[in-house]
Amino acid sequence: MTHAIWAEGLVKRFGGTTALAGVDLAVRTGTVLGLLGPNGAGKTTAVRVLATLLQPDAGHATVGGYDVVRQAHQVRQLIGMTGQYASVDETLTGAENLLLIGRLLGVPRAQAKARARELLAQFELTGAAGRAAKTYSGGMRRRLDLAASLVGRPPMLYLDEPTTGLDPRARAELWELIRGMVASGVTVLLTTQYLDEADELADEIVVIDHGRVIATGTPDELKAKAGAQTLAVRPADASHVAVVADVVRELSRGEPEVKGQLVTVPVADPAVLPGVVRRLDDAGVVVTELALRSSSLNEVFLSLTGHAAEEPSEGSES
Amino acid sequence: MTTATIEPRVTVGDGLRQTLTLAWRTIVQVRHNPWELGDYSIQPIMFVLLFTYVFGGAIAGSTGDYLTFALPGIIVMNMLFVTMYVGTGLNTDLTKGVFDRLRSLPIARWAPLAGRILADQVKQAWSIFLLLVVGMILGFRIGTNLAGLLAAVALLLTFALAFSWVSVLVGVLAKDPERVQLFGFTALFPVTFVSNVFVRTDTMPGWLQAWVKLNPVTHLADAARGLMVGGPAADSVVWSLVWAAAIVAVFAPLSVYALKRRV
Repeated sequence: MTHAIWAEGLVKRFGGTTALAGVDLAVRTGTVLGLLGPNGAGKTTAVRVLATLLQPDAGHATVGGYDVVRQAHQVRQLIGMTGQYASVDETLTGAENLLLIGRLLGVPRAQAKARARELLAQFELTGAAGRAAKTYSGGMRRRLDLAASLVGRPPMLYLDEPTTGLDPRARAELWELIRGMVASGVTVLLTTQYLDEADELADEIVVIDHGRVIATGTPDELKAKAGAQTLAVRPADASHVAVVADVVRELSRGEPEVKGQLVTVPVADPAVLPGVVRRLDDAGVVVTELALRSSSLNEVFLSLTGHAAEEPSEGSES
Repeated sequence: MTTATIEPRVTVGDGLRQTLTLAWRTIVQVRHNPWELGDYSIQPIMFVLLFTYVFGGAIAGSTGDYLTFALPGIIVMNMLFVTMYVGTGLNTDLTKGVFDRLRSLPIARWAPLAGRILADQVKQAWSIFLLLVVGMILGFRIGTNLAGLLAAVALLLTFALAFSWVSVLVGVLAKDPERVQLFGFTALFPVTFVSNVFVRTDTMPGWLQAWVKLNPVTHLADAARGLMVGGPAADSVVWSLVWAAAIVAVFAPLSVYALKRRV
């Protein structure tokens, strides 16, 4: 089996809204696929379909060769799931949560307890094992979520926005743990709103927006396509905005965006910067701000779709 | 990585074992949240004390006589309130995402619900035991025999099982667990009060008597009185079982439909 997870033409509607409008996905065994998109793009819906929690209205998908609708029980034996929508029981302790899942998977009590201890140690939760999960910090909670999805040693792991809301240190720790799992041969489907997260972890990225796949490729290919960085130029004199826009358009081969006096454009190659400086100098344009910075997801979206990623809205995805 | 064998389907035996595990989880939750235990321990004891000493003298002449009349009904009333924990627990699982985690596991589809309801039966049995003990301390006496008492408990648990479907429906439809509790109070309180639990039907106005005579709480209270204290019980037992069957017939399909729509 070359593709651990495979989906074709997935469609899912909720009343009048179309959450998935024909999504194709393929995750090679032992790799990480990053599903990248803003809130409401359909990421969670896609994961829920692949996790057998939702039935698609059209299209089909297989996990480990099993159909997610007709062979849901087989699929459930292959997957581990963690995310905002598949949570641990916060009234139970960390150890009890892991024991519960082990027992539900049919593991004898002694073995389930041993596995829980092993995972708690691996995720540095041994000290908090006897405390109710609701007392955990955000980072600890995510680690417990992750541990809970690994109890049955699933060959496939779905991580639905695993680091959303975490501070940078907790985020880096979680990334390290995910890399460790990938090294042990697990296939991972990761959804994220963060370009840097997909860049850090994914072998391949699928960008979705409004339920459609709008770009696919390795992180490098995508960055080249979308412009991994953004060049921002602010002329001192407002009358120079048009000149600046022309110069950056020509050199970056991207469509600049003008906001007030600030001109921004995605660039694939940072080597354009000296050229821009030279050209602006020749044209006699004085700038008060000139910067090259990493693109935000919004800017990647802008360059891929021609529209900005929508403002995150609570509960727009389900 | 260990590659376990892939099972084509979950067996009934597996499903029952998973149900027990999930019932265990609900009982452990109570251990971590003793307030909940207080809810269905202290509240019924309060009812018994309040009604016995405030109303007892006025209604039945003596507290002992009143307790003999009212305790079986108080047990019925409390049983209905305790079924609401199925709904609050289910609602918490749904809103917190625990239900999704459970559904993503290779377990029987019915196990999460069955586990909740099984745990509820344990809570029910505990409440009935507690009320009987408190009642007996205050002067309640079993007028029949052990068989009668056990039959009464079995009938109460059967009705609780049926009524759990109402709780499941409320749990699925409610936005948050607090609303489930609110429903429990605002809908169940009048239903249980407008019955013959606390006073005899013939003391009420005629229009109210019609409903009281139809009310399943009345039938259950009569059946429990008959089986525990003595007197005719057969008719009210049959009516209680008919009500239980009717509740399952209406609310089980509705609940399953609502649950499928919500998840």
